[in-house]
Amino acid sequence: MPLIELAGVDHTYGLGPSARVVLRGLDLRLGEQRVGVIGANGSGKSTFARLLNGLVLPTEGTVTVDGLDTRADGRAVRRKVGFVFTDPDAQIVMPTVAEDVAFGLRRRGLDRREVDQRVAAALAAYGLADHRDHPAHLLSGGQKQLLALASVLVTEPEVLVLDEPTTLLDLANSRRIADVVDALPQQVVLVTHSLDLLAGFDRVLVFDDGAVIFDGVPGDAIAHYRKLVT
Amino acid sequence: MSGLGTYSPGDSLLHRLPAGAKLLLLVAAALATHWLDRPWRVAVALLLTGVLYAAARIPPALLVAQVRPLWWLAVVLGAFQWWANGWRTAADVVGVLALLVLLAALVTLTTRTTAMVDTVVRLCRPLRHVGVEPERIGLLLALGIRSVPVMIGLARQVREAQLARGLGTSPTAFAVPLVVRSLRHADALGEALAARGVDD
Repeated sequence: MPLIELAGVDHTYGLGPSARVVLRGLDLRLGEQRVGVIGANGSGKSTFARLLNGLVLPTEGTVTVDGLDTRADGRAVRRKVGFVFTDPDAQIVMPTVAEDVAFGLRRRGLDRREVDQRVAAALAAYGLADHRDHPAHLLSGGQKQLLALASVLVTEPEVLVLDEPTTLLDLANSRRIADVVDALPQQVVLVTHSLDLLAGFDRVLVFDDGAVIFDGVPGDAIAHYRKLVT
Repeated sequence: MSGLGTYSPGDSLLHRLPAGAKLLLLVAAALATHWLDRPWRVAVALLLTGVLYAAARIPPALLVAQVRPLWWLAVVLGAFQWWANGWRTAADVVGVLALLVLLAALVTLTTRTTAMVDTVVRLCRPLRHVGVEPERIGLLLALGIRSVPVMIGLARQVREAQLARGLGTSPTAFAVPLVVRSLRHADALGEALAARGVDD
């Protein structure tokens, strides 16, 4: 498994009097295959997720993935770390299904035949083969999220970061996404409000007001999180 | 949103023709409309276009869907031309308008966006010397096409929220949230592009 390291990370949005601290004092080494992240809205989970592929650069401290700094080697980090967002509509950039999957393979020096093969394999793996040439906007919410996932996984990242991938989905589709994620050989960092997705995870971080207030196995972490609310 | 301007899969001759050739033919056809100055000529051209649609195995309903959004423009334009220049000119102008839209739609219906984007990127390659990045233009085109249904979706959401809150038909109550949502969507899209390595 790749090793994600955060050292002395603080993050602030804005400047001057309107500045808002969203992450404080993060020192973490994440080497487990399944890492969950839970916490209230606004607790810093999404910003944390975006640190891991360099979408957000920390105001203080460093984030590295296998020794690659997100600030200095952003490009290499993003090749290693795939990212799935909450809203698939924002993530799907091409008009049709197969084209969106192929989009991530551009500029990788693959010939057309290999691109086609990989796209076909990814579509088949996530049950989208029948929708190959369909416009992406006509897919259901669940299918859109599967497409977003397929488009990221086709690039074979070593780490997959998911920011609340099931928040907009119904139970059946959430289960579907969870099953796909469960079966992945990659390292997974999953930010979620669906606590039952975390069963079987190796480690769960609980965020509160920008800090990690609990770090442990899922059962204990969820119990801690529930206590925060009551 | 009945398939307007989206790729309709198939393997007809028109589907297999390279995107560049189709775009060139489209430009040639647009120039040739200069000679369509009699209603019967326009009618023949429209008939030929219908034959092309049939050759590409595009269902008639999809053909109608391409020109339906023009309806109001055609009525207003036709009425004005009739009043100003007589019915012949009115028929010419409206017919040529429909013809061009149908031909352009035929190109998009039979060409994958990727193929179109690749062609545009190739055509823009000489612009590299003046600091234009052809890949950027291609991406811009693809995002533009993808954003149409997304924007329609956003507009529908705003409209529903407006109705649910009993705000009636106030234009500001519609425009302000739509702009806010569009900007937020643009932000999210930018983030997703960065995550997918576009700027790397």
